[in-house]
Amino acid sequence: MEDSRRRFLKLAGISALGLTAKPVLDAFAKEHAKAPAPEFEEGPKALKAMQWAMVIDTRRFKSDADLQPIIDACDKIHNIPVFENKRHEIKWIWDEEYEHAFPTNPNKFLTERLKDTPFLVLCNHCENPPCVRACPTQATFKRKSDGIVLMDYHRCIGCRFCMAACPFGSRSFNFRDPRPFIPKITMQYPTRTRGVVEKCNFCAERLAVGKLPACVEASKGALVFGDLYDPKSEVRKLLKAHYTIRRKQELGTEPAVYYIV
Amino acid sequence: MLELAFKGSKNYFGWVLGLLVLIGIGFGFYLYQLKFGLGITGMSRDVSWGFYIANFTFLVGVAAGGVMVVIPYYLHDYKAFGKITILGEFLAIAALIMCLLFIVVDLGQPMRIFNVWIYPTLHSVLFWDTLVLNGYLLLNLIVGWNVLEAERNDTHYPAWVKPLIYISIPFAIGIHTVTAYLYCGLPGREFWLTAILAPRFLASAFAAGPALLILLCLFIRKTTRFDPGREQIQALAKIVAYAVCVNFFFFLCEVFVAFYSKIPEHMEHLTYLFAGLQGKGSLVPWMWGSVVLMLISIVLLVNPSTRRRENILMLSCACAFVGIWIDKGLGMISGGFVPSPLDHVTEYAPTFPEFMIAVGVYAAGVLVLTILYKIAVSVKEEVA
Repeated sequence: MEDSRRRFLKLAGISALGLTAKPVLDAFAKEHAKAPAPEFEEGPKALKAMQWAMVIDTRRFKSDADLQPIIDACDKIHNIPVFENKRHEIKWIWDEEYEHAFPTNPNKFLTERLKDTPFLVLCNHCENPPCVRACPTQATFKRKSDGIVLMDYHRCIGCRFCMAACPFGSRSFNFRDPRPFIPKITMQYPTRTRGVVEKCNFCAERLAVGKLPACVEASKGALVFGDLYDPKSEVRKLLKAHYTIRRKQELGTEPAVYYIV
Repeated sequence: MLELAFKGSKNYFGWVLGLLVLIGIGFGFYLYQLKFGLGITGMSRDVSWGFYIANFTFLVGVAAGGVMVVIPYYLHDYKAFGKITILGEFLAIAALIMCLLFIVVDLGQPMRIFNVWIYPTLHSVLFWDTLVLNGYLLLNLIVGWNVLEAERNDTHYPAWVKPLIYISIPFAIGIHTVTAYLYCGLPGREFWLTAILAPRFLASAFAAGPALLILLCLFIRKTTRFDPGREQIQALAKIVAYAVCVNFFFFLCEVFVAFYSKIPEHMEHLTYLFAGLQGKGSLVPWMWGSVVLMLISIVLLVNPSTRRRENILMLSCACAFVGIWIDKGLGMISGGFVPSPLDHVTEYAPTFPEFMIAVGVYAAGVLVLTILYKIAVSVKEEVA
């Protein structure tokens, strides 16, 4: 019984992944003695990094209208529901004024431009994430291969410890079934169930097939994405050339989203 | 011994029936919450923990407070408390059951609760909290039951119980320390980010737990043939007197640090609770009420002439208990979430269904307490 199940899993793995049979078999062979753990095969076009990071050039944004296409792009592909009740809100990427995006870095006499500039905020994919530390089931975890802080919606018990732990308010909880409130469901990304936490995933599903995050793509160059530990990456070039700030740097979480102001 | 719970007066069964009705109503609302999601509560993206977790935190304190009868009896050989240790242990059991129920009703996916043990995560404080809470519950069940049974059979409890009693003492401190660590290790939540949070939790626990125990002792004396004893009640009253003073002192320490340093993030939460922020301050009257109640209890408990008069003692214990409940059950959790990490003021208040689910949990706890106390008191009446 147990054996036939394993054989079935092997076959399923081979047929699903087609030509990459050998590593799959190896993976299963390695797991033979232990309980089978999920194994993923990277796509041939997958983008890779040690730690993905983003630089947001806020000088390019004048008003909310400049941000809306970026936010919409994310909302659309990630099946973000629209709720009238603000308490039930789900947000992955949204806009805040300077004083709310950087509340611990206030400036009484802020320049006119910054006062009126809307700031995009999203999960910072911290190098040292407090949410991951807090989660009691490892439903939220920092992916070792590229530093993205990810969520397993099927493991999350909905205790919301991660929401209390996040100093950036980047996490949302499904206070009710989101599905009836999704304007148009896309099949490229799963919808969520009620009772689990979710947040920005740096478009891990797009990186896996060689595409940049949706917000970056929609930003016409204002959002730049790349490997923080590759000195030749686009983000490192920008960080070298410009003074940047991060949200609540003093907490030591090492946010991976940088702002040129 | 369980059979003792099935023999009782009309009043006893009426009370049990009433509790069952409340549990049923609460359960009905819980089914509604299961179907709809936690959206039926007043919680939001900004205030993601509310009434359930606040009451959980408060009740962990009540459970830990039980140790205040165990320590004097078993560590200091204060013989008088031998009569009432069982009441402290059984109170802890009932409080812990409420704690666990409050955790369950707060989960978005309660059917996945065992993921906490299927994927044990050593760096999560919540994982450790489940261990100490369940451990303390188990210890109290084993110890309480064995000691009471031995008393009934007029023998000494088995020798292997003694180490468990000693272990239960650090566990009692542990449950409230670990529960405080849930909060005080989070960056960006300045209200909780204070090394004094665990000591403060313990001080309030050692006030609220024994205060409730005094009220229960007075009730038992009035309604049964078992008298927990005047000396015992007075000794407990002194413990409450010390604890309410220490608790208030700790609170003043927090106020000093926040308002003398004048660091905005530290002041904002206290300002919200006691004066309101950006025109929002629904908790202000509650918080001042809590301060007044605690001050009344301090005056009446510290003063020997009022502490010795049992009807005044009753009042001062009620003041201490309610004052601490407001402080921990309303202020401590909401206060940490308002203002939000992005400095938005989103207020929180429990909704009616949320409140009724909490009532159901309390009713379940009181039912457990009723049955356990019924057994304990019946045994005491038998052997007397």
